[in-house]
Amino acid sequence: MTVAAQPNAQPNALNFECETGNYHTFCPISCVAWLYQKIEDSFFLVIGTKTCGYFLQNAMGVMIFAEPRYAMAELEEGDVSAQLNDYEELKRLCQQIKRDRNPSVIVWIGTCTTEIIKMDLEGLAPKLESEIGIPIVTARANGLDYAFTQGEDTVLAAMAQRCPSQRVESEKTERNAIKRLLDFGRKAEEEESSTPEYVDHPPLTLFGSLPDPVVTQLSLELKKQGIQVSGMLPAKRYTELPALVEGDYVCGVNPFLSRTATTLMRRRKCKLIGAPFPIGPDGTRAWVEKICSVFGIEPQGLEEREQKIWESVEEYVALLRGKSVFFMGDNLLEISLARFLTRCGMTVQEIGIPYMDKRYQKAELDFLAKTCDEMGVPYPTIVEKPDNYNQLQRIKDSNPDLVITGMAHANPLEARGISTKWSVEFTFAQIHGFANTRDLLELATRPLRRNNNLKHLGWDKLVQEEAQV
Amino acid sequence: MKLAYWMYAGPAHIGTLRIASSFKNVHAIMHAPLGDDYFNVMRSMLERERDFTPVTTSVVDRNVLARGSQEKVVDNITRKDREEHPDLIVLTPTCTSSILQEDLENFVSRAQMDSQGDVLLADVNHYRFNELQAADRTLTQIIRYYINKARKHNQLPTDKTEKPSVNILGISTLGFHNQHDCTELKRLMADLGIEVNAVVPHKTSVHDLKNLSRAWFNLVPYRELGVGAAEYLQEEFEMPFVDITPMGIVETARCIRQMQKLLREQGADVNFEEYIDNQTRFVSQAAWFSRSIDCQNLTGKKAVVFGDNTHAAAMTKILAREMGIHVVLAGTYCKYDADWFREQVSEYCDEVLISEDNGEIGDAIARLEPSAIFGTQMERHVGKRLDIPCGVISAPIHIQNFPVGYTPYLGYEGANQTVDLIYNSFTLGMEDHLLEIFGGHDTKEAITKGVSADSDLGWSKDGLAELNKIPGFVRGKVKRNTEKFARERGVDSITAEVLYAAKEAVGA
Repeated sequence: MTVAAQPNAQPNALNFECETGNYHTFCPISCVAWLYQKIEDSFFLVIGTKTCGYFLQNAMGVMIFAEPRYAMAELEEGDVSAQLNDYEELKRLCQQIKRDRNPSVIVWIGTCTTEIIKMDLEGLAPKLESEIGIPIVTARANGLDYAFTQGEDTVLAAMAQRCPSQRVESEKTERNAIKRLLDFGRKAEEEESSTPEYVDHPPLTLFGSLPDPVVTQLSLELKKQGIQVSGMLPAKRYTELPALVEGDYVCGVNPFLSRTATTLMRRRKCKLIGAPFPIGPDGTRAWVEKICSVFGIEPQGLEEREQKIWESVEEYVALLRGKSVFFMGDNLLEISLARFLTRCGMTVQEIGIPYMDKRYQKAELDFLAKTCDEMGVPYPTIVEKPDNYNQLQRIKDSNPDLVITGMAHANPLEARGISTKWSVEFTFAQIHGFANTRDLLELATRPLRRNNNLKHLGWDKLVQEEAQV
Repeated sequence: MKLAYWMYAGPAHIGTLRIASSFKNVHAIMHAPLGDDYFNVMRSMLERERDFTPVTTSVVDRNVLARGSQEKVVDNITRKDREEHPDLIVLTPTCTSSILQEDLENFVSRAQMDSQGDVLLADVNHYRFNELQAADRTLTQIIRYYINKARKHNQLPTDKTEKPSVNILGISTLGFHNQHDCTELKRLMADLGIEVNAVVPHKTSVHDLKNLSRAWFNLVPYRELGVGAAEYLQEEFEMPFVDITPMGIVETARCIRQMQKLLREQGADVNFEEYIDNQTRFVSQAAWFSRSIDCQNLTGKKAVVFGDNTHAAAMTKILAREMGIHVVLAGTYCKYDADWFREQVSEYCDEVLISEDNGEIGDAIARLEPSAIFGTQMERHVGKRLDIPCGVISAPIHIQNFPVGYTPYLGYEGANQTVDLIYNSFTLGMEDHLLEIFGGHDTKEAITKGVSADSDLGWSKDGLAELNKIPGFVRGKVKRNTEKFARERGVDSITAEVLYAAKEAVGA
């Protein structure tokens, strides 16, 4: 992977290990839960079994009652044994979806079962697309290959192929879509005159699904440096996917988007800005600085800005300082979060992570090492494909102040007197940019604040015997 | 292929895991891809379980797909055997892994050679059975396995307990109010002077299963789980069983009389009539409630009932027979056992609906416009949309249906709980209706009063657009804080940038 303008100063001294892969995480099809909300004119069809449906139904909680734009194409025995024709079956369902919901795009989510029975979704999609007249995007977000947030990666990598490859005659307005959004309160002439607010730089597209307010915040952050965001992948609507022209710059906002990055570089010939991710004020500053440096811009006022944010959240950081944290690993945000918590003064005992792309996350890894050096704490071990059973033994031995883990282990650990934070919340909360630092810390410190409230009660261990884990 | 948005009963492996995790010291190993261990999350969350759920996955990944599991499953079984010394390991296939058609039976017998504990393969076809059927089959399979094992080693007891005794079959993990029902049934047995020989599978050791035949009879409180085991034990040991769900006053009495009959047939001199009469008329509140003025007001009101066989049938009978409520529709999602349901309820309701399609039930509710619904969480949300109150009586359920307080559905205390549930559902609807007639609650907007009433501040269009993206329940607070921030700094137009600057400054 070639990374645009990557100065390689820090030798990577982090310790990497790989275990058995017996760990708990969400199935990657869970990405439909946030992507159907993000892409407003989409419909997600998950082609799988009852197991997939049961997972989504339970994992999405009350969202399921809000008439979601998602459904299962539930495979029956006849489908698995090829007594039924895949194409005809999918056509029937997609026509029904078109009739009931009329979406601008149908996203097919391939699952483990479609992999095993080798259903050729990529082959069927173009045929059916031309027959029913709705674009069909295929993403193989299955548990055989991917974990949790990587589901979004497979969908965005498929979407990247669908981005228009040239800017249409209204190029200017399209490029300014975000800016117009931000400026739409002003009059037209003001808008005209406001153009020079931006430095002249090649088009920049950000990739990664973020809630709209966070998109606005990050765009404003770059605007302060005179950098204009030409588009977001994904956009609010499928019909608004950004144009990608050879030579455009792209930058990721989340650490789990390595396939999307690869697709943008190899298939769309874009240049990737490899930066740490804008999680925490330190990450946000490094992210903006890196983008500035690629465009030859001297960043303005970032140091003060970061400083101010840290000052405003000191009451939270004080709770974390000197405490230890253990990431069991399930959503790939772990490196960035560990780096942020290290900066907050915590010692990271272990970073479990489902999958570690050392090239895509290079800048973040370097930043982590640098942060450890600056904070004077040892480098944490990064455990890829962790083994939850072994991890529980290590947690028992090292007794960390905070374990960031999935819901399967949270209550049992709490009952044994070990504070936990449910990892999935980091995926759904707004944690990007300077402005969301407080929200991020609000999550990280919640168990510690709860402990402070209850500490005089004296019942922190609530299992009778030390049960085997 | 079937377009599905919602399912009432889960996939087969969930049923198997519910049984395995109900027993003491039994471990389940799922042969499944990453992410299929969602059962652990549900158990840990819904039941607020303090212990680690004894379920692990032998992960099916790309390599397994290419080369087969080979040693992986066997290694995972023997490893778990060493680490935790379970009495039994149940290898559980899933929808996905069952299409791989690996010879799991072979893996099990190989793993058995190196394991201290027993190893079993859950014998369930994942494309033919749902969660409930699979649970019933797995329970029967495990019981049969340990009966046969004991027989082979000549450890099968041949005697009955001295005093009349019972096995309660079918109390399981993630069952609707199962734990409370279990306590209530034990209490009932104690009142009747019947010893509880075993509760299966709830917190039972598999080594105690060989003693099941010592009980005088079996009690199967739920239609969905335990009938298979009861029938097996009847065949094997000629043990009679009672399969009347003691839910509601009339059915509880019927259940007790049936137990009395079985015990008398085996020579016990028991008479429960006085107990039934005393409980019904003076201890339990349910019978008295039916005569009280409150309940009179419910006469002829319309209700729709939907759920699993056990609860929907029992509820229909309670509403119609014990409270004089007009059940316009009773339905179940247990399609595979539809005849039983029809037979149970047809004389108590106008219409019977057998369906797994939530849309069909939703439409029926909209068409019938009942005053109250008794259903699952899905019907509760249909009720919300249509402004009809709903009492939840059956799985699928949410965390609020695993209450900490004592709320059985069975027995005499269960009858009291049911009265509350029914009465509260109907009066809530009535209260809402009256409020509307009399002009509703005090609706004056209090959220921004005093802060922005004579505000000189202007919100720019983009600021307002951002403000509107903030969830409603905190919007007022964010607005107040932003305006305060702007006023302090002399900003007179609030843009998106000001909004976010304020958020940073005050943590709004």
